[in-house]
Amino acid sequence: MAKPEHEMTWRDLNVGYVVDEPGNARIYRTGDWRSQRPIYNPERCIRCGICYIYCPDMAIRILADGSIEHDLYYCKGCGICAEECPTGAITLVDEEE
Amino acid sequence: MAKRVGMEVSIAAAEAVKQANTDIVAAYPITPQTHIVEHLSELVNNGELDAEFIPVESEHSAMSVCAGGAAVGARTFTCTSSQGLILMSEIVYAASSLRLPMLMILANRSLNSPLSIWNDHSDVMAIRDCGWIQVFADNGQEVYDHVFVGYRVAEDRNVLTPFIVNLDGFILTHVIEPIEMIEQEVVDRYLPPYQPLHRLHPDRPVTMGCFGPPILFTEAKKAQDEAMNKTMPHILQAWQEFGDLTGRYYHPVETHETEGAKIIVVTQGALGETASVGIEHMREHNEAVGLVKIRLWRPFPFDEFRKAVKGAELVVVMDRAISYGGPGGPLAGEVRAALYPEESHPRVVNFIIGLGGRDVSPGDFVEMIQQAKVKPGEWYEIHGVRE
Repeated sequence: MAKPEHEMTWRDLNVGYVVDEPGNARIYRTGDWRSQRPIYNPERCIRCGICYIYCPDMAIRILADGSIEHDLYYCKGCGICAEECPTGAITLVDEEE
Repeated sequence: MAKRVGMEVSIAAAEAVKQANTDIVAAYPITPQTHIVEHLSELVNNGELDAEFIPVESEHSAMSVCAGGAAVGARTFTCTSSQGLILMSEIVYAASSLRLPMLMILANRSLNSPLSIWNDHSDVMAIRDCGWIQVFADNGQEVYDHVFVGYRVAEDRNVLTPFIVNLDGFILTHVIEPIEMIEQEVVDRYLPPYQPLHRLHPDRPVTMGCFGPPILFTEAKKAQDEAMNKTMPHILQAWQEFGDLTGRYYHPVETHETEGAKIIVVTQGALGETASVGIEHMREHNEAVGLVKIRLWRPFPFDEFRKAVKGAELVVVMDRAISYGGPGGPLAGEVRAALYPEESHPRVVNFIIGLGGRDVSPGDFVEMIQQAKVKPGEWYEIHGVRE
């Protein structure tokens, strides 16, 4: 997209609101939806990768040493990773105002 | 030379769809549209029309197929009436918002309940704001001609908006009229192959119908409204070129005996022909009565309409649909809105007539005009109802 969404005028839109740039959903910041944020404790983590498998938004990355990192650009704070983690290595805290 | 033949209007409409070299026909049968689709299925079956005839299981599917067909770049046709239109209406709105050109012939019929297969305009008025270009045909020739005009306008790169041709169920669909058929070579000159701007194709993927977040939805709707408002010169151009090729010139509003008229009757569709008989009778008795027929319903021809009724003291609007609890019929609402900004405007009296197949005669028009003369500008009255 040539411009950020909030700067686009009606003249900037394609006829019929057609998206002619495949794959541009990746620039959509679903992290804006989050009301709770995941906190990761690497000491409790057993590197099983279950959180990575369950995350519906592919918002968890597995690092070289097997530990994980949340991608807060996409993470909606659904809490599925925390729910599924067998050791309680992920907890959710409220986002501050 | 163009041939003039006696033909049922539905058959003529189907022949026009064939001559327009339509690629996809998707429709579900419903009275009184049936003959159009039946004849098209014969034309495809006997090889006269090289098109995909898709016999869908509902009108919702018919319009979905049409949207998909137009999205891949096919010239697409559907045809329906009444409940069928209401069932397909979800996708009708999507087709125009996606700016997918296609043609729909709508054989106007009343809506349930009570169940009625007969004519009025309540079906199209229920989707008035659907974003399609909409015309009302007065006779069979106009239906036949507007298949070509409709595709030509809809597929124009400056328009890219679907097109509805309204014709009155039974009153037009099932009558035999003399139709001047256009030679194929002339049709081909007028209607070049459809060249889509965006289309679904695996070589160059695009997304149609994605979601619009609040930060963009308003802009998307503004773009659609602007596009519709800018269709008028292209519609006029298409009519002009059609006239140059066939000798039949069409306009957004047609006037009949409006010169010096103090009273002007406003109609849509086949009512215009009946009204003109009543009005000619009154003219013979030195009554200054004229007729304005609204051919183009969306976009509404505000300027042309104001010009057409200029000088009138009384405008009598004939509606073939009710807006329950509203300010009268849908046409009267538009007429009043068109005239309100004028410094001095005529009194507008509104009659609802011809509901669910109730006959309207030239004498009814004479009677309504006489009543309107002494009526205050009331909202509306249903004419001919038994008290």
